[in-house]
Amino acid sequence: MTAFLSIRNLSISLQNGERILRSVNMDLARGDVRGLVGESGAGKSMIGKAILGILPRALKIDEGEILFQGKNLLNLNPRELRKEIGANAALIPQDPLTALNPSHRIGRQITNRLIDILGWSKSDAVKRTYDLLDEVRIPDPKRVINSFPHELSGGMRQRILIASAFAAEPKLIIADEPTTALDVTVQKQIVSLIGEMQSRHGTTLLFVTHDLGVVSKVCQSLSVLFLGKVIEDTSVSLFFDNPSHPYSRALLTATPKYTDPNSDLIPVSEKILNSVKEEVLRLDREWSNGR
Amino acid sequence: MPILKRLFIRILSIAVTLIGVSIIVFVVIRVVPGNPISMMLPPGATDDDILRLKILYGFDKSIIEQFFIWISGVLSGDFGTSISLRQPVLSLVLGRLPATLELSLLALLIACILGGTLSLLGTRLRETKIEGIIDGINGMAMSIPDFLWGLIFILLFGVMWPIFHISGRISPFLDIDYSTQFYLVESIVRFDLKVFADLLAHMLMPAVALSIPLAAIISQLLKQSLKETMHLDYVTLSRTKGYSENHVILREALPNAVLPTMTLVGVQFTFLIGGTVIIERLFSYEGLGNMAIDAVINRDLPLIQGIVILFALIFTLVNLLVDLTYTLLNPKLRNG
Repeated sequence: MTAFLSIRNLSISLQNGERILRSVNMDLARGDVRGLVGESGAGKSMIGKAILGILPRALKIDEGEILFQGKNLLNLNPRELRKEIGANAALIPQDPLTALNPSHRIGRQITNRLIDILGWSKSDAVKRTYDLLDEVRIPDPKRVINSFPHELSGGMRQRILIASAFAAEPKLIIADEPTTALDVTVQKQIVSLIGEMQSRHGTTLLFVTHDLGVVSKVCQSLSVLFLGKVIEDTSVSLFFDNPSHPYSRALLTATPKYTDPNSDLIPVSEKILNSVKEEVLRLDREWSNGR
Repeated sequence: MPILKRLFIRILSIAVTLIGVSIIVFVVIRVVPGNPISMMLPPGATDDDILRLKILYGFDKSIIEQFFIWISGVLSGDFGTSISLRQPVLSLVLGRLPATLELSLLALLIACILGGTLSLLGTRLRETKIEGIIDGINGMAMSIPDFLWGLIFILLFGVMWPIFHISGRISPFLDIDYSTQFYLVESIVRFDLKVFADLLAHMLMPAVALSIPLAAIISQLLKQSLKETMHLDYVTLSRTKGYSENHVILREALPNAVLPTMTLVGVQFTFLIGGTVIIERLFSYEGLGNMAIDAVINRDLPLIQGIVILFALIFTLVNLLVDLTYTLLNPKLRNG
């Protein structure tokens, strides 16, 4: 049986040949919540972008498949892909300050997909918007719907983007570091809000983050990415008890302990980093020999 | 309330500008060589004749005295009498104003349509060969001045393929009885197709010549601005909602990309109005600019003053209008 979302052997590189993703494999069952962790530049956001069909133009897909409900998204033409993604998937973007159009009112930015793409009636879409804003606990929804983005705080805007992502009851949501741009105090609320919304709606969620704490809170499984390579693919409980890859172990030790705020931070050692890099380079050579 | 306050400050600054302009033009045209009296008298006129004329037009007084006599007249609506045409300056100038306004606004409209279309096309086809071609056309359009375009059009569509009229505003045989001088607007309102077509046959060449450099600037700026906007997060987000490239450009990117372009278009539009002076001469179009050149040739000091003040008023009003539109279009400024 094919998984709900299955990424097979996905390789992406820059036009100059520099590899961004290296034969990535990943399987998500319906309703799964998977964390996608890695340091910046590891390529974790690119996986989400590849699924949604919004890879930057400078990148090209070398090989692989993205099977979404049994359909290979990479074989669809742009029009079919738009339709598929628009109806079934949604993005919670990284920076709520830039992800809302400054020229349009909030209400329209939540209802537009429902009305324009999915053919809802305007009154249904507006009613749905009120329900959603209530669900993400936005006070005074009437005022917010008629506001422009610059009139609202970052936390409010991220709540709106979450509401907007869940608006069409998508089967898959990709959260692309949704808390990175927010205050630490707001981060916690947003993470638990996303977790709460996910369990209420049963949506499959791919949570891209570099915060292992967030992963332990909302995810069931996770993939650790290093240099565009999945080096660990496991369940959250197994990962935190007994990570198999040395890099994962080093990551866990590097996580600051709130129980002991005075302890020194332990960086991932050069030795481990170098050994993973060597491994990746060896795989690269094999990969280019095979082509 | 803040909008009203801004408006008040702007109107005050317009008044200051106009006073400054009137002082400068008044002094300059009296200091430079050449005076209207010597243009009027035949060679061999006696000093007595010259003095009599000077007294008649008030040129025997000091510049400061002359200025205050003139400015007090202006404030009561009397801009003096044209020396060469012997008619009140105000009615002369206001009689020509509609022709120039219609020509420059038509040129602005053409520039916005041409420039807007090119920039949208360039954005839609960005990073292809077509974008390179559009950039090339832009560069060429920008580097050839409006009067040269005018000459090219006269040669092509006036002489080689005589499709358009090369001079005037309207054919003399069309005996029109309109209540305003805004012939083009009135012909549209009256749905008078014959007059409308005749007016366009006269106005299209000068208007397009005026519009091409501005169109190139609009196209260049708007395309740059659109391309930057296309990388922003909200544009990407709307793509994931299932919107097409065309929708994303027109509905998500354009409203935001237009704003920075607008202010510059306002400034450039005042250059376009300045360009009407030469273009109107080239096409013998009976507008303010053409009158301005005659006034300078004849050293018709009151008329020059009247025309310059009117041009200054138009420029400042255009800038004010751009500011207000910008405020209205930008939600961030509307309430703040």
